[in-house]
Amino acid sequence: MNEIITVVTSSKFITSILLTLKITLVSTLLSYIIGIPLGVCLYGTSEGSIFPNKYINTVVGFIVNIIRSIPFVILLIMTQPVAKLLVGSKIGDNAFIFHLVIAAAPFVARMIESSFREVDPGVIEAAQSMGSNNFQIITKVILPEAKPSLIIGGAIAVTTILGYTPMASYISGGGLGEYAVNYGLYRSQETKMYIASLLLIIIVQILQESLNFLAKFCDKRIRNK
Amino acid sequence: MIELRNVSKTFTSSSKDVRAVCDVSLHIEKGDIYGIIGLSGAGKSTLVRCINLLEKPTSGNVIFSGVDLCSLSKKELLKTRKKISMIFQGFNLLSQRTALRNVCYPLEIAGVPKKEAIEKAAKLLDTVGLSDKKNSYPAQLSGGQKQRVAIARALATDPEVLLCDEATSALDPTTTQSILELLKQINTTMGVTIVVITHEMKVVEQICNKVAVLDNGCVAEKGYVKDIFLSPKSNIAKELVLPKNTTVSELSSNNAIRIAFDGQSAFEPFISNLTIECHAVVNILGADTKNIGGKAFGQMILQLPEDAASVERIKTYLETRKIAYEEVKTSE
Repeated sequence: MNEIITVVTSSKFITSILLTLKITLVSTLLSYIIGIPLGVCLYGTSEGSIFPNKYINTVVGFIVNIIRSIPFVILLIMTQPVAKLLVGSKIGDNAFIFHLVIAAAPFVARMIESSFREVDPGVIEAAQSMGSNNFQIITKVILPEAKPSLIIGGAIAVTTILGYTPMASYISGGGLGEYAVNYGLYRSQETKMYIASLLLIIIVQILQESLNFLAKFCDKRIRNK
Repeated sequence: MIELRNVSKTFTSSSKDVRAVCDVSLHIEKGDIYGIIGLSGAGKSTLVRCINLLEKPTSGNVIFSGVDLCSLSKKELLKTRKKISMIFQGFNLLSQRTALRNVCYPLEIAGVPKKEAIEKAAKLLDTVGLSDKKNSYPAQLSGGQKQRVAIARALATDPEVLLCDEATSALDPTTTQSILELLKQINTTMGVTIVVITHEMKVVEQICNKVAVLDNGCVAEKGYVKDIFLSPKSNIAKELVLPKNTTVSELSSNNAIRIAFDGQSAFEPFISNLTIECHAVVNILGADTKNIGGKAFGQMILQLPEDAASVERIKTYLETRKIAYEEVKTSE
């Protein structure tokens, strides 16, 4: 018990928690900044959608699929030159965030596309019949209508990104995952590994449940609330 | 007001071309409640979407207030659509907005200041009888209430035309009745021209003054509802006009006739008079009275006796009384 308390209160452990949260949240945010326009593009250019364009759809879809099919550990190596160019270093936390965003943005784009597809086409048609332009349809119809589904998608995205964070240990990044890998694998201090993993489980639970609650809370399709 | 000139729409897919609308010409005048009736797959919904160019016609012209819509730029078209509103079978309300904010939507996109928009929306909800449901979400409303919100939303931009795509098909008979009355009221008090797409003759009979009967994408017959009801010429119109419980194929006898009454003769003891004066008995296979354009109309399917002399007497009797009739033949 004493050992656990020593571990949990150690400054190394606490900075690891904060770093994990930072990496996860910043990467998720940046992935959405890139993923939303990509998702809108994938949705809007698809056949029968609001601005169909077969060529753009095929090209963007192809790129997204390619990045999504490369395993993250390999992508981590492949995108190193670009990381060096953009964030100044091939390794470390900032480079890791860059790699995570490259890997997660296409995934986020597909999640957004699928949330958008759930919006009733009839509602979009009604908005068109009222003379809405495409920008209004996206901002005033599709985004608000898809909000609950987008939040659920966000929960999946953020927990998936969190699941990737231990790989930071490959490129000298930090965080709880790296902490667990280093102590558990290389120094055989399993207690520390278990504590770090337990904390990761707790963080995932909190993120998932709070976002689920938020999605339910803001979904007006549910009667008698 | 709206003129469709030789409008055709073909859907092209890799496997085959589907001709949904072919060569339709219609003239809808200001103040009309124009019915477009046909069976499922007749092309009604595609045709109505050609009016506001949600579907671009493959060929032909759509003239609205003297302007050919097909020639407009995208921006001008979006502006014109604010004058041609539309309601749908599935209501198509924004599920994450309250009734009031749904009605605000068309005003928002038209750039009306928020306060003004809310005032107008509240007034429109009052017009459709839903002032107490302002803050309800669509999920909390019944089908009829949702359609009322949709009607209020459609009226927000002061449209000249209201297109109704099977607007009552998802509603029960009582609710259908009240929605039709509301449409009629909007037509008379606000002067909005209404185009009604339906597969039900009773909707047309109840509120329309003119009708086009659509069959396989083509207009089989068009004109005043009264005329088409009294003497339908095309097979499809006959099919739609016949009382619901008798289909043409059910009539086994070759001696069946359909007689239609206009407003006055519907109140006479017609069958009694006929049997007494013609010394012949007839069998009533089906009968129906309707309210068309505010007048009582009726129709009856009669099976005539076998002997030719009696049939002749009955027909002469009908002709002298100026009652429209036609022989109903089995289709197969």
